[in-house]
Amino acid sequence: MTDKRMTEDEVVAELRPGMTIGIGGWGSRRKPMSLVRAILRSDLRDLTIVSYGGPDVGLLLAAGKVKHLVYGFVSLDSIPLEPHFRAARESGAVTVSEWDEGMLQWGLYAAASRLSFLPLRSGLGSDVPAVNPDLKLVTSPYADGTEYLAVPALNLDAALVHLNRADAAGNAQYLGPDGYFDDLFCGAAERAYVSCERIVPTTELTAAGPVQSLLVRRSDVRGVVEAPNGAHFTTCEPDYGRDEAFQREYAQAAADPEAWAAFTARFLSGDEAAYQAAVAQFATQSLEAVR
Amino acid sequence: MSVQEDVRPEVDAATVTRAEVCIAACADAWRGDGEILASPMLTVPTIAARTARATFEPDLLLSDGESKLIAGTWAIGETPPADAVEGYVPFRRIFDLLWSGKRHVMMSPSQIDRFGNANISALGDFARPTRQLLGVRGAPGNTVNHPTSYWVPRHSTRVFVERVDMVAGVGYDRARAVGGDVERDLDIRRVVTNLAVLDFGGPDHCARLVSVHPGVTVDEVVATTGFALDIPVEVPVSRLPTGEELRVIREVVDPRGLREKEVRA
Repeated sequence: MTDKRMTEDEVVAELRPGMTIGIGGWGSRRKPMSLVRAILRSDLRDLTIVSYGGPDVGLLLAAGKVKHLVYGFVSLDSIPLEPHFRAARESGAVTVSEWDEGMLQWGLYAAASRLSFLPLRSGLGSDVPAVNPDLKLVTSPYADGTEYLAVPALNLDAALVHLNRADAAGNAQYLGPDGYFDDLFCGAAERAYVSCERIVPTTELTAAGPVQSLLVRRSDVRGVVEAPNGAHFTTCEPDYGRDEAFQREYAQAAADPEAWAAFTARFLSGDEAAYQAAVAQFATQSLEAVR
Repeated sequence: MSVQEDVRPEVDAATVTRAEVCIAACADAWRGDGEILASPMLTVPTIAARTARATFEPDLLLSDGESKLIAGTWAIGETPPADAVEGYVPFRRIFDLLWSGKRHVMMSPSQIDRFGNANISALGDFARPTRQLLGVRGAPGNTVNHPTSYWVPRHSTRVFVERVDMVAGVGYDRARAVGGDVERDLDIRRVVTNLAVLDFGGPDHCARLVSVHPGVTVDEVVATTGFALDIPVEVPVSRLPTGEELRVIREVVDPRGLREKEVRA
């Protein structure tokens, strides 16, 4: 099997400005944050981002990387609304396709199945078609003649996902509560990149969890990145939960330009190792503050 | 045949709080639903769904809000016992389930109009909102696929408006315009607020006042509603929780009293 191991920066070097990039996970859960941080360090811009959004979307918006956003929501879960997303929407800094959550799945599934659209009832009667004039209806060719929303395929240039384990060939495994839509993001993409907590020999995958936990197939994957704590500060259960203290710090900083500049200087001005070191120092400080 | 003695504890009306009345009214939304997934958001509906299952609607399915279906009754804010797991519902299967129609959600709108169109997405012009809210999330799909109810913790003219800025949850006039499956399946059961219970049983499915909570006047509801409500000649008072419901609410589901933080009478 081909060894597909890469670094975050090598993944980002394969991406181009203007690309459509799908990001796996859900809200502030199991997001490929080390890959997102690598994009922040790059000169990529004008991206179209497709996501069940969380801080991945927030950070990319704050760094001015996003031209267009396709989403069902952008949330930090324990904080209902992503602050950078709110700011970007209220300042008109980004154009959006706000879809029903289920439409996003259907668009990814259509792309992964090489269909141009899939019919869906969800969205009909709401203002989703009104604010997304590119959406069209389709009539059943059968006797019922029912009209559906024709959810267009979300064809991605690249997908970024973070799972718990993977082998060097790109077989990837989730060990937490939900696989989310990571396999569909990979299937919908021209090139999919998997980051994971730990790269293990193939033989260890089924020792760690049931065969059903092998969510992503290597035939869908172009690169594998070992990224311990790579989903920080989102959840990556059972390896770790969400860093709520850090997320609060992030959200507070995001509300104020000066605080955000300080946050960026402290956490996002260096490479991934510098980020992880700054996070470790933040955790130590928080502990001391509690004492 | 012997006459069974009613062993339910008696209710001392003076001790029942507004939040507890709201919980009973929310619980009634799921009455008769049988074996479907009850999906509450916020605190009061969550307490209500668990109370409904623990008392009069035992076949409801309830999730932990993450990916598991949970049997039995557990306290709000607590992790359910590991041996109570009865099913697996990751988000993808929630979509399958909601598209199948076997679900009844209770959402909280930022705006809702007289035909039940609900906004959780954004305020102002959608292209550049004055205030971005949650986004449409699952509301468009929920409303046209399965029963929907709403919980409004603070009844006001800001929430009950003539026209919502963005239709996320579909109302009856919109559903009629679409026709077909959407019109047939749209089923907005009730809107429970801190003051009253509404449904859409007025002319052309417009909003109707069903009951006012104890201590609330019809005039108060009218003054805090930004559109014309259909008001019957006689407006009943919302029911009190039964003794058994109160016991479940106070001792089992919400011993810490989180309900009182969400509802100000």
